[in-house]
Parts: sequence; structure tokens; C-alpha cells
Amino acid sequence: MSIPVRKFDAVIVGAGGAGLRAAIQLSEAGLKTAVLSKVFPTRSHTVAAQGGVSASLGNSEQDHWHWHMYDTVKGSDWLGDQDAIEFMCKKAPEVVVELEHFGMPFDRTDEGKIYQRPFGGHMSNFGEKPVRRACAAADRTGHAMLHALYQRNVRANTQFFVEWMALDLIRDEDGQVLGVIALEMETGEVVAFHAKATIFATGGAGRIFYSSTNAFINTGDGLGMAARAGIPLEDMEFWQFHPTGVAGAGVLITEGVRGEGGILRNSSGERFMERYAPNAKDLASRDVVSRAMVTEINEGRGCGPNKDFVLLDITHLDPATIMKRLPGIREISIQFAGIDPIKAPIPVVPTCHYQMGGIPTNYKGQVIADASGAPVTGFYAAGECACASVHGANRLGTNSLLDLLVFGKSSGDTVIEDMASMPKEHKPLPTNFADRTLARLSRLENQTNGASVNDTRLAMQRTMQNHCGVFRFQDKLEEGVQKILEIEKQVAITEIKDKSKVWNTARVEALELDNLIEVAKATMVCANARKESRGAHVRDDAPDTAEFPNGRNDKEWHKHTLWQRDGNKLSYKPVNMTPLSVETIALKTRSY
Amino acid sequence: MDHDALNRLQWRCTRRALLELDLILGKFLVEEFPGLSEAEQQVFAVLADMEDHDLWPLVNGTEECKDAQQARVVAMLRKSEVRRPL
Repeated sequence: MSIPVRKFDAVIVGAGGAGLRAAIQLSEAGLKTAVLSKVFPTRSHTVAAQGGVSASLGNSEQDHWHWHMYDTVKGSDWLGDQDAIEFMCKKAPEVVVELEHFGMPFDRTDEGKIYQRPFGGHMSNFGEKPVRRACAAADRTGHAMLHALYQRNVRANTQFFVEWMALDLIRDEDGQVLGVIALEMETGEVVAFHAKATIFATGGAGRIFYSSTNAFINTGDGLGMAARAGIPLEDMEFWQFHPTGVAGAGVLITEGVRGEGGILRNSSGERFMERYAPNAKDLASRDVVSRAMVTEINEGRGCGPNKDFVLLDITHLDPATIMKRLPGIREISIQFAGIDPIKAPIPVVPTCHYQMGGIPTNYKGQVIADASGAPVTGFYAAGECACASVHGANRLGTNSLLDLLVFGKSSGDTVIEDMASMPKEHKPLPTNFADRTLARLSRLENQTNGASVNDTRLAMQRTMQNHCGVFRFQDKLEEGVQKILEIEKQVAITEIKDKSKVWNTARVEALELDNLIEVAKATMVCANARKESRGAHVRDDAPDTAEFPNGRNDKEWHKHTLWQRDGNKLSYKPVNMTPLSVETIALKTRSY
Repeated sequence: MDHDALNRLQWRCTRRALLELDLILGKFLVEEFPGLSEAEQQVFAVLADMEDHDLWPLVNGTEECKDAQQARVVAMLRKSEVRRPL
């Protein structure tokens, strides 16, 4: 069966920060560019980013990209690739100033320069003292960034396909990527976007966990498509958790609540952080607080009927202070926990926040499918869906927005460069290019006595949360691998009752689940295999010892994981320790 | 509201930029929306089309809604509690 084909020079999947930044490069270079998005571009999850974007502009005090690079390597627990990290930190001032020229309303100093504020982990002079490096637009940095990038794309005549969901990559027998197959939600029509270059900027997959700060849109579509097309996923065991998500809902309670005097308590009312971090107590770093919370829950000191959360107490604060200094927090607690925090403490759990791993790329945005370093012709990725890898085992705050700008731009530049040596005509599509996608749709259409999409997704999310959360245990991981493989069998037989063509959200949710399960499998299998603690991957059986400080075992595990969908096979590749122009930042213990 | 329009509204209520609005609008659509008058349903659809950073402060109560008709529906949204068991 054939489907309609539309031809473009380039197709970009995803219209968040990375997709929009890449599209500007391509459209302004005169390439016919299509951007596909499940939602209107300014509804992308980039909007949720509040903190800022980091760049060593040095507007408030002395700063240098090399210091930023050092902080990022250290933050990554030395798993980040040093060529990519140098590239990102060096380019940061340029992309931030460009964004300013695109109309981004950055906060200003009295002299009219971009105002910069300090942010966790960003230091001057190779870790000496905090430095002001984060550029922000009030608490709406992501929102303002998306608007500026979108307007610039409108000016450049980028063609948007809004409320379209990409379903699969088109790859020929040489392995070359020739575009994507996508579904228009308004009509139910399935169309091929035939392109010389395909850039994935589909964001993260935080919805694999039950408790996640990610919006529902983050279903790892790009990762699922890449995995089905035989591209490996890199370092999927590394997920950043935020300590205080509202239990159940996942909605973020800002660190500011603890900053204003909020206290974490267990079931007996004990301020347990005094035992784990006697000095910083409730203000210790995110990973320390999250691990302490999970230890309390695991040792039976959690709260509620299932003893599965702890409490964030602000009842001792003056209500006027809460209303003034923490606007909206009372409402969040009432709406998402049914608790008025002036009268009772808020139930919280460590909550999935950011995906460090993804589709393996180099710093140019080219997708690299194996250890040889050779790019997959025609395929590029940027942003949270990609693994360049700049975040390694743990991301520094404000480096996510920077990642979108730098690698969105560089992937666009690389497409332009690569296209110069490509034939003028599109490489023909294989005759059977749509078969697998159409078979997947047909299976879903005709499934009877199948599994419920909602129930299956929930089973996956609970399994990920319970077996592969912020603090990991060998037996739980092993059991988790078996459970997730069982759930995969349910995903293969999902059934939808609504068979209509137009705006069939049930079909789209089933297709999203096809992507989520790939990410869930990759995460569980990679986490089970990595027998050390590093960055955000912390195992009970890899504790802090004299031989292995923080549980990190560089001798055996200083390497990237590559997961292949076919047979859940794992392979490993070395971390790039050769920066582009400076000396290697040598391995050492990460401590703050 | 017909099947297609309702499905479109469902998509736009549950694929927001912010998780907070996914949760609140999605639940409201299922539990409260069918009981609204046609005029109120139209107002809700207009609210659902707003940018998240314009709608969230209204729903969260950090900003006041100036439009009287919208304010009534916003008040209903503010009352809705979204709790998921762990």
C-alpha cells in the first residue's frame, strides 16, 4: 500500500528549543524545511524551564568558558564527552547573544547588560567559588526563548506541520535516513516526509516514570523511532530526579520552599536530614536529599497508608511569609495533594525530572550508531532526545537550555555542510518503506481482546518507579528487567475502542506507548548492567568506599552504554577525554 | 460539542507545556465539562487555547482573571483537586 509523499530538503521532528533553533539555521540558508510537532510550537515542554541559560558572558564578574567547561565535566561525573562539552561552553556566549538579537527579553543590569545570577554547580576558577553565569527572563526563560525562536522562524518561512505525530524513521538498506512517516491528527492521514536530512528534536521521555515533573507530551517519540530503526540509545540509565515532587501528581515544589525554612519529616515527625547532612540539612544537594528520602521510605519510615512518601513541613512558617515568598505553593499543595500547607505538611517524593541519555550524536549533531564514530547519513539529533554527550551522568542546572541552543544550531549547520556534498536529487525511497508502520497501525486497528493502553502505561510507570528510581538495588533491578519485558508483551497487543480517523487521541496515546516502552526497557536494562554508582545512577551495592569514592568505579565503568532494541544487547564505547583545544580535565572524585 | 471537536479539545487539554495544566484541564474535561452550559463550554475552550504561562497564573491564583465570564470558569478550575494515589 502506498501513502502520499511530500518532499523537503530537511525535516525536523519537534518544535521545542532545539527544533526551532535548528530550523532557523536551515530556513535562513534557503533550505525547504518542514517542522513537525504534536502541539503548537509554543506549547512545547521547553516552556517549563524557569532557571535560565548559562553562558560565561562575565557581565557581573569575571568568567571564562574554560571554567564553565570544568564545571560541566565535573557535574557529569566525568561521563560527559570533553570535545562536546568544550564546544558547548565555548559557543555559549555566541548563542545567547544571538538569542538576544532574536528578541529574547533577558533581565538586565543597570548598565543594560544581560543580568546573570548564580546557579548550583557553576563556579569560577575551576571550582573555587560560585559565579553568576545564568541568564534569565524572570521565571519564564523557556517560554520567552520559544517565543523568540518561533517568531524568527515565521520570518524565515519555516513550514510548520502542527498537531502531526511522527511515527517512524525511513531508512534504506544502506542505513541512510530518508525522512519520516507521520500522522496528521486532524485527518488521520499518514504521510511520508521525504528529506535529504532528518533532525530529531523530540525532547525527553520522563513519562516512563510514575512520578515525573514532565508534561504528558514527553513520551520519547524520537527515541522510540530511532530504536525501532536499529539506532542504539546511549547512557539511558542516567535520569535526574528532583527531590520534592508532590506525591502522586509529580508537580514540582521549588527548592525555594526549603530555602525559606521548609523541613522534611518522616512518619515519626523526625527531621531526618539532620542524620544524613548534619550541616546543610534540608538544603543539601538534590541527589543527597533524594537518596535520604528513599532510604527513609525503604526502611519503613515513609508516611501515608502505603508508607511511600515523606512530608515537607512549612506549618511552622508565618502564613504571611508563605503567601509573600512562596506565591502559588499553597495552591499547588491544595490542588495536587489536597493539603493546605499552612495547616499540614505536603506529601513529597523524589520525582523524575530530566533524561541525560538519548540518541548518540557527536558535537556536530550527527547521529553515531556505533563505536567507529561514523555518522548515519541523513540523520541528526539535538536537545534532550540526543546524547552528545554533554550532561554525562548528571546535568548542571541551566545547561539544558544551553544544550538546545548550541546543538540545535550546530545540527542545522552540519546539515547545510553535509548537503553541499549530496546529490541534488533526493535518494529514492525503498518500495516497501511504509510497510512496517502501516502494519503497526493495522495491528492496532484490528486488535481484539487486547490490553488497555492506560492500564499498560500505568503498569510500566509503576515498575520504573519502584524498580529503577532514584536509589537502585540489584534485586529490584533484576526483577524490574523481567517485569518490563512482560509489560512489553502487553504493549504489543494494546487495543483501542475508538476507531475514528479524525482526532483519534486514543490511537495517538497507543502510539506514544510504543515509544515509551522502548525507553523504559533501555533504562532498566542499562541500569541493571552498570554495577557502579555515578552521577544520578546510584546503587545500594556500589557504596562510597576508599577504593571507590562515591561508589564510582572508573577502572571498569568509565564508558558510555549503548543499548540496542534487538535482543536488548548492550555494548560500550569510551568517553571522549580529548577536548578540542585545551588539555584533558583528568578524572577525580566529584565533591562539592 | 461533537465527537471530533471534543477529541481535539481533549488533545489540547492533555498535551500542554506544563504538567500542572495537563493534570487540571484533563481531569476537568472528564468530570466537569459535560455538566457545563454551552456558553461555559465555549469559554472553557477559549481558556484551553491560551498559552500556559497566561493560563497557569489564573488557575494558580497568582493573577486575577479580568474577564467576568472567564473568571467563573477559572473559579471552577481552581476548585478542582487533582490527586493521584501513589
